[in-house]
Amino acid sequence: MQKVMIERAAELLSSGKVNRVLGWRAGLFAHDNTPSVFTDAADLQANFVYNEFCGANLSKYLVKESDKEGTVAVFLKPCDTYSFNQLIAEHKIKRDNVYAIGVQCNGMKDVNDREKLEERCASCKSRKHVAYDELIGESGEILDSNRFDMVEKLENMTSEERFEFWRGELSRCVRCNACRNVCPACTCEKCIFDNPDSGSANKAPADPFEENLFHIIRAFHVAGRCTDCGECSRVCPENIPLHLLNRKFIKDINELYGEYQAGETVNERGPLVNYTQGDAEPSVVYERGNS
Amino acid sequence: MQRIGVFVCHCGSNIAATVDVKAVAEAAKHESGVVFSADYQYMCSESGQDLIKDMIKEHKLTGIVVCSCSPRMHENTFCKAAAAGGLNPYMVEIANIREQCSWIHKDMPSATAKAIVLVRSAIAKVTLNAPLTAGTSPVTKRALVIGGGIAGIQTALDIADAGFEVDIVEKEPTIGGKMAQIDKTFPTLDCAACILTPKMVEAAQNDKIRIFSYSEVSAVKGFVGNFTVTIKRKARYVKEDLCTGCGLCTEKCPQKKVPNEFNLGLDNRRAIYIPFAQAIPKIATIDPDYCTMLKSGKCGVCSKVCSAGAIDYQAKDEFIDVNYGAIVAATGFNPIKVDKYDEFAYAQSPDVVTSLEYERLMNAAGPTGGTLLRPSDRTHPHTIVFVQCVGSRESEDSTKCGKSYCSKICCMYTAKHAMLTREKYPDTDVYVFYIDVRTPGKSFDEFYRRAVEQYGVHYIKGMVGKVTPEGGKLKVQASDLIAGKQLHIDADMVVLAAAIEPDKTARPLATLLTASMDTNDFFTEAHPKLRPVESPTAGVFLSGACQGPKDIPETVAQAGAAASKVIGLLAKDHLVCNPCVANANEMLCSGCSQCEKVCPYGAITYSYKEFRMPDRTTKLRLVASVNAAVCQGCGACTVTCPSGAMDLKGFSNKQIMAEVDAICK
Repeated sequence: MQKVMIERAAELLSSGKVNRVLGWRAGLFAHDNTPSVFTDAADLQANFVYNEFCGANLSKYLVKESDKEGTVAVFLKPCDTYSFNQLIAEHKIKRDNVYAIGVQCNGMKDVNDREKLEERCASCKSRKHVAYDELIGESGEILDSNRFDMVEKLENMTSEERFEFWRGELSRCVRCNACRNVCPACTCEKCIFDNPDSGSANKAPADPFEENLFHIIRAFHVAGRCTDCGECSRVCPENIPLHLLNRKFIKDINELYGEYQAGETVNERGPLVNYTQGDAEPSVVYERGNS
Repeated sequence: MQRIGVFVCHCGSNIAATVDVKAVAEAAKHESGVVFSADYQYMCSESGQDLIKDMIKEHKLTGIVVCSCSPRMHENTFCKAAAAGGLNPYMVEIANIREQCSWIHKDMPSATAKAIVLVRSAIAKVTLNAPLTAGTSPVTKRALVIGGGIAGIQTALDIADAGFEVDIVEKEPTIGGKMAQIDKTFPTLDCAACILTPKMVEAAQNDKIRIFSYSEVSAVKGFVGNFTVTIKRKARYVKEDLCTGCGLCTEKCPQKKVPNEFNLGLDNRRAIYIPFAQAIPKIATIDPDYCTMLKSGKCGVCSKVCSAGAIDYQAKDEFIDVNYGAIVAATGFNPIKVDKYDEFAYAQSPDVVTSLEYERLMNAAGPTGGTLLRPSDRTHPHTIVFVQCVGSRESEDSTKCGKSYCSKICCMYTAKHAMLTREKYPDTDVYVFYIDVRTPGKSFDEFYRRAVEQYGVHYIKGMVGKVTPEGGKLKVQASDLIAGKQLHIDADMVVLAAAIEPDKTARPLATLLTASMDTNDFFTEAHPKLRPVESPTAGVFLSGACQGPKDIPETVAQAGAAASKVIGLLAKDHLVCNPCVANANEMLCSGCSQCEKVCPYGAITYSYKEFRMPDRTTKLRLVASVNAAVCQGCGACTVTCPSGAMDLKGFSNKQIMAEVDAICK
């Protein structure tokens, strides 16, 4: 795979079809491959890598890269293509400046336990590339995933148990902002947490409750747009299962408005910015709240 | 620094009996920015308003808070008073300490504490208010009436009479509605057709009125004064401009077995039909569910016999967009389905009919030519039992499809049926079973008493327990509550006074109009007493039974009232716009366009704009902009915007947060 990808990337560069290639660069250790832009064949040969530690979703990097002059080639794993579509729908990626190469993915390994697949890969939602210009390897199918099992478990807890669970997890947050920075849905010009005028600005995690709110606000912020790529949990240095918050929203959206997968198509009208007569009535809040 | 004045209203005892208004005024004094605070008996009175004007001048107030009733009641009053005092009218905030406080609490200390919190949050908000100036928008001088029954026709006629253009959209092939199906009208017993059809003709001939029959409203955009309505003109497969209404096709059509909805299925019509002789427009319509030509391509008889060449099997639904300044809902009612009432054997015996079916059986233009015959064997019925309140006034926990309200018209039409039956067929015994007889209305009670006293109708207080079809008779078991005994009557016919409910099209229409409805799907009025023909949605008016059960005189009166409100609106050249509109902070907008998707008014557009970046380069970015003349300030965009770039003037995120903070303090 890696060899074919390097050859193809070199070919695209030399033919002038693309000016840059966005891929993964080998890091110091086997597991810390990093997103990187390549412009010459020698660099590609020496440093380009694609193996089971290339979890980083390159779509987010296209926000900046596709805004530059010329064309950028990018390698996208199946789940990355969902973010890619979603970002196109939000006008954050200029599609014309991108040459998208879908690459087969058999799941990424967990950096903490290299024998295991990452949680998000063990409960993979789709092996299907939903957008690409060409494909290297095979594109699979949308899978019958068990990704909502943990959400269901949380839903079945009493509110006290659930509060304890989340306090336990979120209290470890150090507000490094990695989850926000890596998130393909976090593409505001200016994040409210960085804007002193917003009233919700850059609060230090002085109050144990504030970091909880940071994550809850962020989950609301990406609701309906989150493709469940799982990058937030991958990059968290404290291993907080942040993706569970997003999955709860996805599950609720599925239940209230019908099955919806953000990024499956370049759909500009997700359920939260659309209106149909069958929509849940606002009273659902009270009904569910009381249950 | 703001200089804020606080005015606490007693509203007689409405507020003062439950809230310690003096304590509220005193507490407000200690809030930051407040330079004046007082309580007063009636703030909305002339002297109360004068107090506002005087204090604005005396204390050089920059903003005021009035603690009183709901802003829907008197916000306008106080804004005007503030403006007269020289203050920008948008520097006024209302703390609703009546509906949201004194009326719903009993305990004075806790109500007072809550009132203080409400005042505090209003002060926090007004501190962040900025003066706003309202623009104007033009008014499209044309009205739309949805529904072509007597309500819609009367409203349209009255609007046209004032010189404005008006369109009627009717879903059926003809206007006329329920009244066209009725035989005689109470309390004068004049023939319904004789008083309705001249109005239908008048509407058709009026050059200010356009009738879109066999049409539906499929989309509504815009706002008061500037609605754009998409009207779906359903394919009738007959060219309206060519059909002369000769009716030859309706006689020759070989498909004879179509239940005739105009006669409620008591007889059949053809697949191509004109609903009734005086239909307006008098144009044939092909029923696509039954037409052999449309279903299998084999027939074409109507096309062959039509000398005008009006038949068009290829016709498609058409959609047209029309601009209106005002919209009137006149969607009317229907009797409920009574199949679920097994005890009355409606589904088991054709001789158990609803009152509207009975109406058709009595009508000279009905399936029996006006001779009262039992549907089962076409013989004269000699004993008829009328059952009142079938599905009306049912308890809330009833499992049937009944209604909790009184359908209002049943007592009178049943008295009418009983009287007419006795008059035409004096050999017939007529029983009426009732819970109560309700006949308020001019000449109504006299009418009912005539049925009892002159016509010898047996009125029995009590309900019918069971109707059993047996040997060609209907065995009726009932109780006589006054005599305290069980009755057994062998009846030939049973007539059920079915409850009435709003037409099924009303709810989807309310959604299109963003007009509110009650739990029974009747349209809600802006104020049940003071604004009975207006919907809370500006520019949407209510006519007839879509607002609640009504008889014909009431419907016509309300139709005229709705028309006068429409005329009042259309007579204006411009409407003052709401300055509380959304605006996008371009520095924060990330161009995702979600706000554009949720805007119900199409007020938001997107365009590329050049921005100077910190490194002195320029960059093209997609950003939103709001058309202030179109924006109605609903705020949907502000909550949708993921970046917090959208904000609403007068209701900014900061103001709302300040209110929340003040409440939580």
